[in-house]
Amino acid sequence: MNFDIKKIRKDFPALHQEIYGKPLVYLDNAATTLKPQVVIDSITNYYSTINSNVHRGVHYLSQQATEEFENTRENIRKYINARNTHEIIFTKGTTESINLMAYSFGKKFLSQGDEVIISELEHHANIVPWQMICEEKRAKLKVIPINNNGELILEKFKDLITKKTKIVSVSHISNALGTVNPIKAIIDIAHQHDIPVMIDGAQGIVHEKIDVQELDCDFYCFSSHKMYGPMGVGILFGKEEYLEEMPPYQTGGEMIKTVTFEKTTFNELPFKFETGTPNVADVIGFGSAIDYIKKIGIENIIRYEEELLKYATQMLCGIQGLRIYGEAKKKAGVISFLLKDIHPYDAGIIIDKLSIAVRTGQHCAQPVMDRFGIPGTIRASFAFYNTKEEVDKLVEAILKVQEMFN
Amino acid sequence: MTIREIEKEITEEFSMFDDWMDKYNHLIEMGKSLPLVDEKYRTDQYLISGCQSRVWLSAEMEDGKVIFKADSDAVITKGIINLLIRILSNQTPDNILNAKMDFIDQIGLKEHLSPTRSNGLTSMIKQMKLYALVFKTKMTQ
Repeated sequence: MNFDIKKIRKDFPALHQEIYGKPLVYLDNAATTLKPQVVIDSITNYYSTINSNVHRGVHYLSQQATEEFENTRENIRKYINARNTHEIIFTKGTTESINLMAYSFGKKFLSQGDEVIISELEHHANIVPWQMICEEKRAKLKVIPINNNGELILEKFKDLITKKTKIVSVSHISNALGTVNPIKAIIDIAHQHDIPVMIDGAQGIVHEKIDVQELDCDFYCFSSHKMYGPMGVGILFGKEEYLEEMPPYQTGGEMIKTVTFEKTTFNELPFKFETGTPNVADVIGFGSAIDYIKKIGIENIIRYEEELLKYATQMLCGIQGLRIYGEAKKKAGVISFLLKDIHPYDAGIIIDKLSIAVRTGQHCAQPVMDRFGIPGTIRASFAFYNTKEEVDKLVEAILKVQEMFN
Repeated sequence: MTIREIEKEITEEFSMFDDWMDKYNHLIEMGKSLPLVDEKYRTDQYLISGCQSRVWLSAEMEDGKVIFKADSDAVITKGIINLLIRILSNQTPDNILNAKMDFIDQIGLKEHLSPTRSNGLTSMIKQMKLYALVFKTKMTQ
């Protein structure tokens, strides 16, 4: 396999630091991934040279900024194989993408008595915006339940669909349990009833190859910072036919065509949804992250991560008193677990002191925790720069935790 | 004992540990040894919500002094609660209100009282002082 882990690790400067006097083991990749040097350089380079606003200036640097900014949009279009570049909207993250959707799609297409379907696995970011718009429009929010393995129950999904269903919004991969949802099946079922589907791909696009035309999803959103790019940039992909119909989410400069005090007409896609000065440096940085992923090869990444997850699952299963939450047949990136009689917060503090970064708590997915009747979990989440040796260190740390608390 | 004296005692106690692990083992022991509060106090009425661990706190006034009882679902949080109770319980409202609590920093546990930890402890201290203020107001009425 063309995958030189030593060389790859050299690309990520943050990996080479000590925490409490020991080398960092970073297993909190579902929260945010580390950034390769090329991404950092790209941001520095923007501020050191181009540093101009996009889409307005006639001067050289402004044109250069616009070109790089728009090249990144095209780069992202290619990466997810969208039909049109103007179907790629820049936001500040997945959360904003979903808020834009709930507000704008909701404003146009939801009325009293309509229904929105989400799932029990969702991150709060894919629950609350829909809850708010449903409350405003007096629409109903329906939830696809999960089984004990943490998998969506597709049969129940079919039962939830009615003539009143206006949109389905589900995650591609669960941030709390690592379940890979059958989004293709969900999209196909929904489309049989002419219902559009939005996919929260914050975790999905990191561990899977995405082709929005092949999936035929109507919307797909994700964040740069979870895929080795800078924070503060997100994407909303939407099919042109929907985006054209949807009203602007925020208003101001850039998104307008003409403004008089009597009436404003809006700019065309994608600018209709991108008011104000965008996060140019980080958008360009995100472009570098996509180039970096392409260089390593998403297929290579998937293969390596699958093997690592399998190894980690085996190793953790070997620990007495450890229970994994989320045992879906198809999982990616994440292992959520608890240690018998030990609170996840207690375990997290000790694991941190052993220089390992994991996340503890509810992972912004309180309904999932309630479903299993637990206060939270300890979550180890992996990226392609993690190694089996690091998994071994996690295992050692867990054994230490058990020794201290039992 | 005054709050200052107890703080000094705790600081000396913790100065014996060179190693973080010994310190945390001590905290865990203290967490385990803190008596569980009565079930009737482990309700939402007494709950101080933290995203990571939960804390229950109750306060009563006895002979001009405030008696705190508290509990948590996490042991390390409970260990720190034990320290806070040792210091602030059985003191007058004025003394509680004036307590600086900087000993936490001296014994190297400041990180646990940072609001970003969201373990309920920062809110717990605020709540303890609030109780003291309420009792003080009642006393002067």
